[in-house]
Amino acid sequence: MLKKVFPILFILIFGLSACQPTAQNPESSEGSRELTIMTHDSFSISAELVSKYEAEHQVKLTFIQGGDAGSALNRLVLTSGENKQPEADILYGLDNTFLSRGLEQDLFEPYEAKNLEAIPDNFKLDPENRVTPIDFGDVCINYDKAWFADNQLELPSSLKDLANPMYRDLLVVENPATSSPGLSFLMASIAEFGETGYLDFWQSLKDNGLTVVADWETAYYTNFSGSSGKGPQPLVVSYASSPAAELIYAETELAESPTASLVAPGMCWRQIEFAGILKNTPNRDLAEDFIDFLLSREFQEDMPMQMFVYPVLPEASLPEGFVRGSQIPESVATLDSALIAEQRDLWVNDWTNLILK
Amino acid sequence: MNLKRSKSLTWLLWLIPLAFLLVFFYQPLLAIFRQVFSERFSQGWQFFSWAQITKPLGFTLWQASLSTFFTLLIGLPAAYLFARFDFPGRKTLRSISLLPFILPTVVVATAFNSLIGPKGWLNLILMNLFNLNNPPLNLLNSMPAIILAHVFFNTSIIIRMVGNSLSRLNPHYDEAARVLNASPWQAFREVSLPLLLPSILGASLLVFLFNFTSFGVVLMLGGPQFATLEVEIYNQAMNRFNLPMAGLLSIIQLVFTLLITTIQNRLNKPRFGKAALSSERKTLKKPTTKWQKLFVVFMVIILIILFVSPILSLVSRSLVTFEAARGERGNVETGFTLRYYQELFKNTSGSIFYANPLAAIRNSLVYSLLTMLIATTMGLLSAYALNNSNKANRWLEPLFMLPLGASPVILGLGFLISFNHPPWTSGPYPILIPIAHSLIALPFVVRTILPALQSIPNSLREAAGVMGAKPFRVFMEVDLPILLRAIIVSLTFSFTISLGEFGASSFLANARTPTIPVTIFRYLSQPGALNYGQALAMSTLLLITSALGSLLIEKIRLPGEELF
Repeated sequence: MLKKVFPILFILIFGLSACQPTAQNPESSEGSRELTIMTHDSFSISAELVSKYEAEHQVKLTFIQGGDAGSALNRLVLTSGENKQPEADILYGLDNTFLSRGLEQDLFEPYEAKNLEAIPDNFKLDPENRVTPIDFGDVCINYDKAWFADNQLELPSSLKDLANPMYRDLLVVENPATSSPGLSFLMASIAEFGETGYLDFWQSLKDNGLTVVADWETAYYTNFSGSSGKGPQPLVVSYASSPAAELIYAETELAESPTASLVAPGMCWRQIEFAGILKNTPNRDLAEDFIDFLLSREFQEDMPMQMFVYPVLPEASLPEGFVRGSQIPESVATLDSALIAEQRDLWVNDWTNLILK
Repeated sequence: MNLKRSKSLTWLLWLIPLAFLLVFFYQPLLAIFRQVFSERFSQGWQFFSWAQITKPLGFTLWQASLSTFFTLLIGLPAAYLFARFDFPGRKTLRSISLLPFILPTVVVATAFNSLIGPKGWLNLILMNLFNLNNPPLNLLNSMPAIILAHVFFNTSIIIRMVGNSLSRLNPHYDEAARVLNASPWQAFREVSLPLLLPSILGASLLVFLFNFTSFGVVLMLGGPQFATLEVEIYNQAMNRFNLPMAGLLSIIQLVFTLLITTIQNRLNKPRFGKAALSSERKTLKKPTTKWQKLFVVFMVIILIILFVSPILSLVSRSLVTFEAARGERGNVETGFTLRYYQELFKNTSGSIFYANPLAAIRNSLVYSLLTMLIATTMGLLSAYALNNSNKANRWLEPLFMLPLGASPVILGLGFLISFNHPPWTSGPYPILIPIAHSLIALPFVVRTILPALQSIPNSLREAAGVMGAKPFRVFMEVDLPILLRAIIVSLTFSFTISLGEFGASSFLANARTPTIPVTIFRYLSQPGALNYGQALAMSTLLLITSALGSLLIEKIRLPGEELF
């Protein structure tokens, strides 16, 4: 009986092999070297660009997705050490809220990318160039357009407005301890109300029927009424680019996105993502080339459709759906990264004790 | 004459599974503990407070007890139903009850959301019936949601473990009591119940253990105000980067697991002799009296609601669009669609991480076949090693069960430290993944094969030996036919566990050969109606793959034998 079943299974498996487009890579001949890039789970790049790069540079690119931005970093810290060869050659996706932890742990080697002078200075948060800014995205509150139109309710125009009883039970946020947009929104509130005032603001949100969930997926798909999950809350902490994604990944072509972002001054937090060459890499030369590539126009223009983030290179043009669907806030909340480094754990701890206990 | 040799052979059998566990479980675990408690990460202690331990521990114990209670409440009558009564659709319903076991938590959370969520079927139906504007039930992010999901996951354990001994109860005992004028209730209470008690307690403890280490369910359905030990470990390790705390919590979890498995181990020893459990199966009968009919109908309805509705709800949501409900988006009808499935085959953005659904299915099948092979081989050897009822074995058996209580996060980090280099990670299908899956499946396999092995009377083997059969021949002719059923169950277990596993696969997998659960998660982590629909469609494909796979494995079983 065993004899009868296993051939079927094997035929099934190897029959399916025929439909695999990406696993094998003809370019990666024996002689070529390999460059390993650790990224977060939301990283993506077009297959075409990868094979072109691999052919041009005679290198095989391997991507490891190490969880969310924080997890990928933690993973590297854990497996690194004195004179130890790192798990990857490059880390991509360290953001400004985790930047200080990465720098503190002494993970990176400085490198000044070729195209660096073309990048606006406000993105360059490390004067020693141990990490290079690659993309940015704004964490803003998204709202369900139809809901606000149906209920003829005015949109909130500041963070403080959210505590107004007219917005009772309407907002869902992510837990800053477990979610990166959640942490960003906490940062925005601290930038707005200061270290002494932000807890009062959160208390007033709590009194106004705030919903807290663990991660972005739940907030967006389960709780938010503007997404296909059709939840109960018409306001959600998400990204300024999410409305563009709703447009591009709509089931039928739409004239405009069903959602939009609240981009009034102080309401959004800017996440800047960095890439850095990891210490003790045996492939320093390859890694330098790749960092240059990340700042090239080619990659910077590929990025928006892949990861729904914005290029840091001003000359990179944005795809049509992106321009139509998303807004860039004129002024965003900012905090000193040294202050973040020092206080982040404490802020998250205090927030948890106030909101979740 | 053969006795001496077979004894030395037993020690050899010991060695292989023990080495497997030492290398792939205890070694990485020790490695990570050494790192975590080293000077390097000691800054984590600055936030230490006892509440950080007692709070998650208290909640873990509380929710596990509640969940186990409700699982028993439904599971015991269900076990009785399947063990005693014959009714139309019995086999199908029994097979369906195994489905929750194979579903990854992401899918179950999505399924429950599409059923009891704010805009799930249940609320939509209620809103329609009573003309309400707002969803009347708010079950998500609450204790009932956690308990419901745990009951959904674990009822089949009670059905199978208790049902098995229920159907093997020696009917003559019961008959004898009845002849002696005992009422049916008396006969049950005084004769059957004491005989069943060990298996009920054993099954309850196993369910308790699963609830105790619950992670995904609590994280996704419970929301942020609930944290079990496992959730807190994840939290501390991956989000707070407080590694010493994560290490400490995981040691506490291991100690409790060891405690529970040791108790369970004691209970599993047959106390009443072999005569109480007959090898002949009690025949099923059609419900005859009014009460019996009522019981069967009632239980079938409950089980359909519990097992079928979340799955049906998931499948239906992958086939239905809801565009019209979104107001200003034009006049798209709510209706049937295959669009989500068609989209799965397109790489719209040309991403390198795109996986053709067939390729994802193939990747998952490769890993699960390897897992079946490794886990069942190791499980079979471990069972033989543990079969000798000497003192050392009794203390060593919990060591084989300990992987059940290991935190996947901590073990995953241990794997990274110990095995994150070739040959473990090389090739399109790194062997590390099926090994990790096998570690998860091993306790199940041992638990399944060991009782079957213990049921083989030694006299049978001795007889074969006396007649001149070599040990290998004895195994083939005596042991294997009796063990075959248990082996098949083990194969199903390891197949489905591997197929649905998400954590290790995402942690260790090569980004170019993603499994089905990894693909589901990728779709879920992007906004857009299409991505959501594709996640549901992919979940449905996973459901079909595992159902087909289990069916195929079941085909190997001997004719007339029932699974479990």
